[in-house]
Amino acid sequence: MAAGDIGARSFGGRAAAIINNPSVRGLVFQIAFVAALVWFAWDIADNTARNLQKANIAAGFGFLDRTAGFGIVQKLVYYTEASSYGRALLVGLLNTLLVAGLGIVIATILGFIIGVARLSPNWLIARIATAYIEILRNIPLLLQLFFWYFAVLRAVPGMREKWTFLGIFHINIGGLHVPRPVFADGAGTVGLALIIGVVAAVLVARWGRKRQEATGQAPPAGWIGVALIIGLPLIAYFALGRPISFDVPVFNDQGPILRRGFQAGSGMTVIPEFFGLLLALSLYTAAYIAETVRAGISAVGHGQSEAAHSLGLRNGQTLRYVVIPQAMRVIIPPLTNQYLNLTKNSSLAVAVAYPDLVSVGGTVLNQTGQAVEMVTIWMIFYLGLSLLTSFVMNIWNRRVALVER
Amino acid sequence: MSTMASTAYVRSEMVGPQKAPPSMIGPIGWARKNLFSSPINSVLSIVAALFIVWCLIPVIRFTLIDAVWTGDDRAACAQASGACWAYVKAYLPQFIYGRYPIDQRWRVDIVFLMLAVALVPMLIPRAPFKRLNALFLLTVYPLASFVLLTGGHIGLRGRFLPDDIVGPGPVRFALEFALVSFVIILLVGLGARLLGLRASQSGSAIGIVLGALAVVFMVVGADFGLVPVETANWGGLLVTLVVAVTGMVASLPLGVILALGRRSKMPVVRIASVTFIEVCRGVPLITVLFMASVMLPLFLPEGVTFDKLLRALIGVALFQAAYMAEVIRGGLQSISRGQYEGAMAIGLSYPQRMRLIILPQALRVVIPGIVGSFISLFKDTTLVAIIGLFDLLGQIQASANDAKWASPVTGITGYIFAAMVFWAFCFSMSRYAAFTERRLDRSRRG
Amino acid sequence: MKKLIASIVAGAALATAGVSAASAGTLEDVKAKGFVQCGVNPSLIGFGVADEKGEWSGIDVSFCRAVASAIFGDPTKVKFSPLNAKERFTALQSGEVDLLSRNTTWTMSRDSSLGLMFVGVSYYDGQGFMVRKSLGVSSALELSGAKVCTQTGTTTELNLADYFRSHNMPYEVVAFEKNEEVLQAYEAGRCDAYTTDASGLYAERLKLTNPDDHMILPEIISKEPLGPAVRQGDDKWFTVVKWTLFALINAEELGLTKANIDEKKTADNPEIKRFVGVEGDFGTGIGLTNDWAYNVIKGVGNYGEIFDANVGPSTKLGIARGLNNLWSKGGIQYAPPIR
Repeated sequence: MAAGDIGARSFGGRAAAIINNPSVRGLVFQIAFVAALVWFAWDIADNTARNLQKANIAAGFGFLDRTAGFGIVQKLVYYTEASSYGRALLVGLLNTLLVAGLGIVIATILGFIIGVARLSPNWLIARIATAYIEILRNIPLLLQLFFWYFAVLRAVPGMREKWTFLGIFHINIGGLHVPRPVFADGAGTVGLALIIGVVAAVLVARWGRKRQEATGQAPPAGWIGVALIIGLPLIAYFALGRPISFDVPVFNDQGPILRRGFQAGSGMTVIPEFFGLLLALSLYTAAYIAETVRAGISAVGHGQSEAAHSLGLRNGQTLRYVVIPQAMRVIIPPLTNQYLNLTKNSSLAVAVAYPDLVSVGGTVLNQTGQAVEMVTIWMIFYLGLSLLTSFVMNIWNRRVALVER
Repeated sequence: MSTMASTAYVRSEMVGPQKAPPSMIGPIGWARKNLFSSPINSVLSIVAALFIVWCLIPVIRFTLIDAVWTGDDRAACAQASGACWAYVKAYLPQFIYGRYPIDQRWRVDIVFLMLAVALVPMLIPRAPFKRLNALFLLTVYPLASFVLLTGGHIGLRGRFLPDDIVGPGPVRFALEFALVSFVIILLVGLGARLLGLRASQSGSAIGIVLGALAVVFMVVGADFGLVPVETANWGGLLVTLVVAVTGMVASLPLGVILALGRRSKMPVVRIASVTFIEVCRGVPLITVLFMASVMLPLFLPEGVTFDKLLRALIGVALFQAAYMAEVIRGGLQSISRGQYEGAMAIGLSYPQRMRLIILPQALRVVIPGIVGSFISLFKDTTLVAIIGLFDLLGQIQASANDAKWASPVTGITGYIFAAMVFWAFCFSMSRYAAFTERRLDRSRRG
Repeated sequence: MKKLIASIVAGAALATAGVSAASAGTLEDVKAKGFVQCGVNPSLIGFGVADEKGEWSGIDVSFCRAVASAIFGDPTKVKFSPLNAKERFTALQSGEVDLLSRNTTWTMSRDSSLGLMFVGVSYYDGQGFMVRKSLGVSSALELSGAKVCTQTGTTTELNLADYFRSHNMPYEVVAFEKNEEVLQAYEAGRCDAYTTDASGLYAERLKLTNPDDHMILPEIISKEPLGPAVRQGDDKWFTVVKWTLFALINAEELGLTKANIDEKKTADNPEIKRFVGVEGDFGTGIGLTNDWAYNVIKGVGNYGEIFDANVGPSTKLGIARGLNNLWSKGGIQYAPPIR
């Protein structure tokens, strides 16, 4: 009797204990959460399937093989109207990468210059940098994009005129016209030589640094590297009998008006949409990078630069050897974010007719009605790019991070 | 000796401090120090000065000297080489209200005014009634704005009760609402009993929520005699502000939940939060907006449709919530472990710990971050123009092509005007963020 | 359960004009809510455009009003949803609009894979080109090597590619997201030519700084039959919208106008008698009142009147009737008889 009583009580106690156990509660909550999530996802999938069926749209990525039928103004790989939707998307993807990659380079250079200028002892320079940052950061990028694109269009000469720089660069509203390299047999070898040259230059630079650390004397690794990078491909180029020639853009000033100016198919044309987008993206992101750089440099203790000055380093040297290397540790994580932002912002291309992934994808979406698939492709691409960029920047970050002893 | 002593000159008082040489003080001294301290600096200064002149002259010429200030149509600006401000003047009401009916615009004015009146004391640190004010801004204000802007009187018809019991209409909706509420309260009470909590407490908590919902439905369903105005007619600054403010108000609670979820000890919740946050942050807003405008309709059951503006709002709010979550997470991480442990030690439950101890501290720390993220949101609202809503930029673009005003300078004038408006808003907000940041720094140090 | 959750979600989301419950059919729904929700073009002069006061006008807009008149006897019982090219089909499929009257080309793929049903052709259009007069071009066949601006997300892009390919002419296309941008770029000189439906070209030309410096080339490179569309699978609604269009055309044939229909109502012509509903039960047959067609004409006028008021020679657009004239007057507008 007594034993049973105790047993019953301990059983009740155990039940209460189980109920009050946080991990059990957590488990119950999580199961409920997953159930709700699954139900939600199933509901959406079910609705979507029904709606698609009603609209007679076949789900799946089969449409990528169908003929696209529309033209694209800038293509880095072979593409015609007869190519497939998949190919069109590839063209768009490469265009995104091109503008984002170049934008990152320009924005970084510009951002560092402006960031350093903002801390300049020269009052005017510092003010200009501040004004630049405060103006560009506080105006929407889309607006800047429109402004630059249409400003560029209005500033350059019309289709039948041109400005020429250095004899080979021609600018008009059709874009920048430059000679196009034509690759014959053996061009691959020249490319290979270039790669070998770069690798060799890196090795030489490493050797030079080791040598400097060991002996205190710096061999002219930089010059050797430059010689390797330029020299090797040049040697290959001439040895193989000049396999690369240039197709110079032809400017007609005769004949019917439509036929005057630069014609498609001669030379290489960089379209103004690309310039407008590149300009807007780099200028806008540079303002953010400049702020990052300024914060990074300010984070380096004042004592560091004073110590460097007392060692006899000049201003430039102090910046280069003492301040920036330390500032980089602070700068890199936010810099990564800025690079990702720039890449994502490149999707605004759709507003100025630059055929990036979102723009081409939008056209495909409209021609086929495959909304779900298209949005999936966009998401996967941008997510992948985000992950890749953070991965690369993390590696770099680890290299410059403070080594704790 | 004595003569010598008498001739010896001993100054009996100190020489007064001499004025610094004019070259070291005043404007000249300042210029020497800040502009011409070294040859390189001098060159830089001159180049910079030239650069400023080179930049400013065309800008001033275009916006002021050559600008056209008066006129009735394109004829005034057709030959102009400067900005066409007459066009901005003619279109200003449209830039603010869009196509909102002219005789109803007082409603928009009231909404703007309420925002200003409630927001300004909110931003001044010393102004009293912060809590009350915040409550007003987060509850009464959105509801009132909604009714004022749309006209309210939403046709609530109810959904699942058969037609032959009660015909579709507010009555059926109210009945259904009461029924569903009853079931929910019952379920919650049962669940609480099972978990050993006090049923009445949980029941009344959920009752408050449902009661609030009922009030909301009553207000939006009530007929205040306002003419309904479709969102298709909204435009200009109105849409910009609606998108920005709604995105902000909706993303705050969502962001708090996501941030807490990301720091949760439960793996499923954490993974779900992290996935949502990273996916949103990893993709451009424009794809989210495309998704909201072309894909969301596919997700909904047949016959349920959302207003176009509402779809954009949902997209913006979810997107913004991910960024907000990261800002708030930063605040949560800045709270020392001792606070968590102390709260646990006095026996507070998880919701109590968060509500009473952690969040009040964390949210205070992240105010500058929140303002910063609001600035980006404000700038990002321009993207809704791409999916065909008429925000300030979209409205300006549309009007620039109006046959009545089309001229070579109309477009660029519109862009300059939009830039000035956005700049004024964003710049003042960023100044405010810097101000709160300094204030926080001081209080933390002091 | 699903319905219940949906109702809570929908209710909580406080959809402004949005949340509408579908019931048996669109016609019943429209009658219940008291207005027609019509998807129109936001900015195409002559087809769908709103003025500063938010007053809509255009052929497509008038058609929406005609449908409202047929159902309610009141042309004002209609609400407009401005839609861009990309979202128009989703808007119709999802039930956001009851009727899409937005210069939309009737094509087979839109019938087969987008779930649309076109009720007929309200405007026979074709794709054309606009160029600067200074270019010295008089035919589209001389456009070899031209740079062409257009709007993305339409049949235009595909027709353009087909045309240049079939004539073996090189070209470059610059495709923008919105009409405003196309026009700005064309005006700035980015392109030699601007292509879209010919009616659209006339409308867009008006927005240029110097409309007289530009001309529209005579070639029409495609068939663009523009018409109103409804969702597939709702025959009753389809019939109502279809016969509204036919009523407009029949009225012109019978010589019935907004002004004279009251006096002609009493005429002894059996065709007119059937039309205005004095004879026969045609209206009730399609779920409306018998004077439905009378209401249409009383509300918006006949097809010719709508055409003349919005795009005709006396308007700024100045488009000739051409193909859109009645079949009896050299055009191809033709409607089955009411009998």
